[in-house]
Parts: sequence; structure tokens; C-alpha cells
Amino acid sequence: MIPASLIPLPTNADIARRVERIELPWNRHGVDPFGIDRAELARLYTLLGFFYHRYFDVKVYGAHNVPPRGRAMLVGNHSGGWALDAVMVIASAFFDLEPPRLAQGMAEKFMQRMPFLAWFTSRIGQFTGLPENAVRLLEEDRLVLVFPEGARGTAKLYRDRDSLVGFGTGFVRLALQTGAPIVPFAFVGGGEAIPTVVNLYKLGRMIGIPYVPVTPWGAAIPLPVTLQILYGAPIVLEGNPHDTDDVIIKHVDRVKARIAALIVQARELRDGKRREAELDLS
Amino acid sequence: MRVLVTGIAGALGREVATRLVARGHEVVGVDVRPWYHPPDGVRVVQADIRKRPAEDVFRTMRPEGLVHMATVTHLTHRSRERFRINLGGTQAVFDHCNAYGVEQAVFVGRHTYYGAGPDSALYHTEAEPPMAVHAFPELSDLVAADLYAGSALWRYPVIDTSVLRLCYTLGPLRQGTLAAFLRGPRVPTILGFDPLFHFIHEFDAADAIVLALERRLRGVYNVSGPPPVPLSVIVRETGRTSIPLPAALVRPLLGRFGLPKLPPGALEHVKYPIVLDSTAFRRATGFVHAYDEDATMSAFRGRPGDPV
Repeated sequence: MIPASLIPLPTNADIARRVERIELPWNRHGVDPFGIDRAELARLYTLLGFFYHRYFDVKVYGAHNVPPRGRAMLVGNHSGGWALDAVMVIASAFFDLEPPRLAQGMAEKFMQRMPFLAWFTSRIGQFTGLPENAVRLLEEDRLVLVFPEGARGTAKLYRDRDSLVGFGTGFVRLALQTGAPIVPFAFVGGGEAIPTVVNLYKLGRMIGIPYVPVTPWGAAIPLPVTLQILYGAPIVLEGNPHDTDDVIIKHVDRVKARIAALIVQARELRDGKRREAELDLS
Repeated sequence: MRVLVTGIAGALGREVATRLVARGHEVVGVDVRPWYHPPDGVRVVQADIRKRPAEDVFRTMRPEGLVHMATVTHLTHRSRERFRINLGGTQAVFDHCNAYGVEQAVFVGRHTYYGAGPDSALYHTEAEPPMAVHAFPELSDLVAADLYAGSALWRYPVIDTSVLRLCYTLGPLRQGTLAAFLRGPRVPTILGFDPLFHFIHEFDAADAIVLALERRLRGVYNVSGPPPVPLSVIVRETGRTSIPLPAALVRPLLGRFGLPKLPPGALEHVKYPIVLDSTAFRRATGFVHAYDEDATMSAFRGRPGDPV
């Protein structure tokens, strides 16, 4: 059968066996009720494995803070270019957790409009970021990956790479509604990998994506640099998910401050101003 | 219970009628199409549900239960005629239900009510508005009929009305929208898209309709069978060959080279999924599907060499 993607990605046998250990309700065809396909996940992680282990130098701290089972939300910062951060966190949840977990991102809407991308993202569990999808996944005790900065975050230029732009409030309401703990994380290095000098919004609109990032060498092909992921201790929020925004924003600010503190630590670690033993991930 | 079934001569209508009789109900059917040899206990009146002879059935039989399945779903049907049958027919049937004392009415609608699109949630719940009108205007009559049937809940509060939004049916009868789409050996798919399709075995669908009637279900309910399956898996498991075509090419090719004829709006349904959350129906009726996705697909496929 011709794969709908027409991309003949290879599958590593060890990775395929590890995919079997992801705790999802597979049917006889290796497909779960959301259409996630085990064979496609094995292809994905085989591809990601190369970038995660060989191309980039990915350093992960505090992976024990991600619950091995049950609902949880990974909430972190975008670091510029395109969603390299999301891709690496998805890889990290697979390669660094025991048992491996599928981090399901809340994707931008344009992805479902693009041929191949729509097909591939649907089969690997990266769905459009709608509250309905997120609630359903969390109620099924899945691991949901959220970047509250949204597309504003991926559009950060090089100089803003470690800053945080405005957070949406939806993720807090989701956490309150579903009782899912929030695992804050910092992602540092994306800006160095894809140092964006300008984003072409008009060209993006013409081809159906939000913008086209441009680096000093033109295309946004990432450099093989060090990437850091710091997972902080889970935050369990309490309150009414239907509170007014001024109440919700307090929770948002708490999570945002935690992520900002993690970014600072990652930066200090990167610049040699802090040792790994001095990290505060609690 | 005395039960009137409209659209009884359709494949699903016959299954429902057969089950009702087997469970001791008295069944009269109305359909413009003939049913030449109905089983004992089933009486069929060949008439248009919008016309006087159909009303006479209500008047003389005085049914306690009604199953309304006389909706045209074939997209090849001319749309003005479809609109008249689907909406005018539904209006007439509910008016008669009110006038002649029907206690329980079941409207069998379609899950395509929700519409398919890139920005809709994967699983649909009953409270969602119909997005199909915008993306797929050819379906507007079915959407209108669904909403009109639902309005019977407040217009005729003494009638227990249930509106069922049934996902695609599939199985040995090989009738219905999905079966028509899969009829030929080659199935057109859109290059780069592989949506989930939600289907239920034809026999399970008939059981669900009977259950809604017997349990005196009231309200709007999604009805689905096993979890959804990607279109590529359906094509493979039913022994078909997928012909992936670029979206821009599909439109002019439809209806030619053995590919099914579909209106442009239907392409959205081949690109994007419509998946149902049927928890409410299962909870209210205790419904459990008997056929899983594999049994359903192989029942549709039949034995090798069977005529398709």
C-alpha cells in the first residue's frame, strides 16, 4: 500500500519495540481511538531519534518530574524559528521517560489544511489545539503538550529567544477543569539552532502557513547546537475553571514565573554560571 | 407496540422492521419504494409520506411508535427534490404524530450533520452546532430535517422524540453513503489526507434504532459502533485499491474512470474526519455494539469472489 505521506521513512526495530510500550489502547491495526498509528509513531521516532541523539546535543534535566502515567500537561516556552521545541519535547517524552509516553501537542490550525502534514500529524496524535480535543485527551489520561504563547512564541526573533511573550489563559482553565497537573518546562537553545532574523508573513499567507522564518543562511534549517529541556516539579492548580480572567491570570502568572525561572537556570547552565547540581527544579 | 416505519423498504428499514416484528411489535411501513415480500407481521403501504394515503395510515392504524427513516441521503439525487422529501416529509410525519397520538418518535439522522473541516474537534458531542451547512451545502436539507425533528421536543412535548445521529453504516447489505463510496474496486482518496471514518455495522444500527424506540428515549443522541478507523485501513481491509489524487485533480475526475460521483462538498468528508462521541446514547440505553471494526469491514467485503 502506498503510505499516504509518500515519504518512505525507515523504521528502527528497537524504536518500534519501544513504541509498543507506549500505554495507549491500540486496536488490531495498531491504531488508537484517536487515529494514532503505532507504525507511524515508529517512523516518527526513528526520524526524531537521529536528531535527538546525534544531530543536536540535547540535555534533559528533571525528566522524573513528568508523571509516568495519568493525565498531565507539559507547559513551556517556545524558543523561536519554528516548533523545533515541540518536536524535541515529544522526542524527550519518548526517549527519556519510563515507560515512554506520547506527548500530544496542541497544534496550529493551518497544519490540518496542508496535505501530508494533515495526514502525518493526525496519525502521530498532534491535533489541532481546540479545547474540546485537549479536554478529551486529558480525560483519557494522556500527556498533553501546550505552548501558551502559541504562534506568537514560535515567531520570536533571535534577540528575543529566551523571553516570554503573552500567555493564553486556556491551559489554566483546562488544568482546572480536568484536574491535570501542570509540568512547567523550559526549552533553551532553539533560538541558537534557528536564529531568525526576520519572519515573512506575506509569503507565509500565500502558501498557507502563518509565516516563513528566515535565518542568516536563508532557510530555517537548524544548526546542530546544544538544546536544553528542564522539567520542573508538577503544579496542581485549584479553583473554578469558569472564574473570570482576572482570577485565572493569577494562575497563569504563577506558571509563567516558574517557566521564566527555569529558563534563567538553563541559560546560566549554558553559560557556565551554574552547575547541574545547583539546579532547582522543585 | 404498534409501530409505523417510514422508509421501510430501504436496507436499514427492512432490518429495523424485521427486528420489531421479532420482538412482538405490530409493524406498518410507508415507503414510495416497494417491498415485495415483507416478512409476516409487516404491512407495507406504498405511498409518499407527504401525501394523503400516508396520513391515512396514521389515522387508521393509530401507531404508538414511529421510526422516521424516509430521508434521501443519496447525493446523486437532485437537491430540490431531496429538500422536499427530507424536510417536507419530516414536517408531515411529526405533524401526523401530534395529530394521531404517537407516543414515541425516533428520527434517524446522520452524523454528517456536524460537517467535516480542518478546524473542527475530532470527537463530536450532541450539543455542537451543524457546521455541515457551510462546508457542504448539499447536506443542508438533512441538517434542517435533524433540527426540525429536534424541535418536536418543545413543540410537541407529550411525544417522546429521539433524534439519532447515526454514523456511516457498513456491512453485508452494502447500502448507504460509505458503502456507495467503497462500491468500486478503486476508491479515490485525497493525496496527503487520511481521515478517520466512523462506522457501525448495519445490524448494530438497526438494534440501536429499536432500542431507542423501546427505551422511550427522549433527546438528541449520537449513535456509533466501534472506534473510528483511518480511511486507508478501510480501503485495505475491504480489498479495495486507494487512488490518491491531488485535491485539485479530484473534482474533474469524479464520476469518471470508475470513480464515484460526488458533489464538491463531499470532498471535505474525504479529507477530514467526523467522529462521534456516543457515550450519552450508550449510557441512556445500555447499547453495546456486537460487531467490531474488523467484523464490520469483513462483512462488507464478503467472501472472495462475491459480487460487489
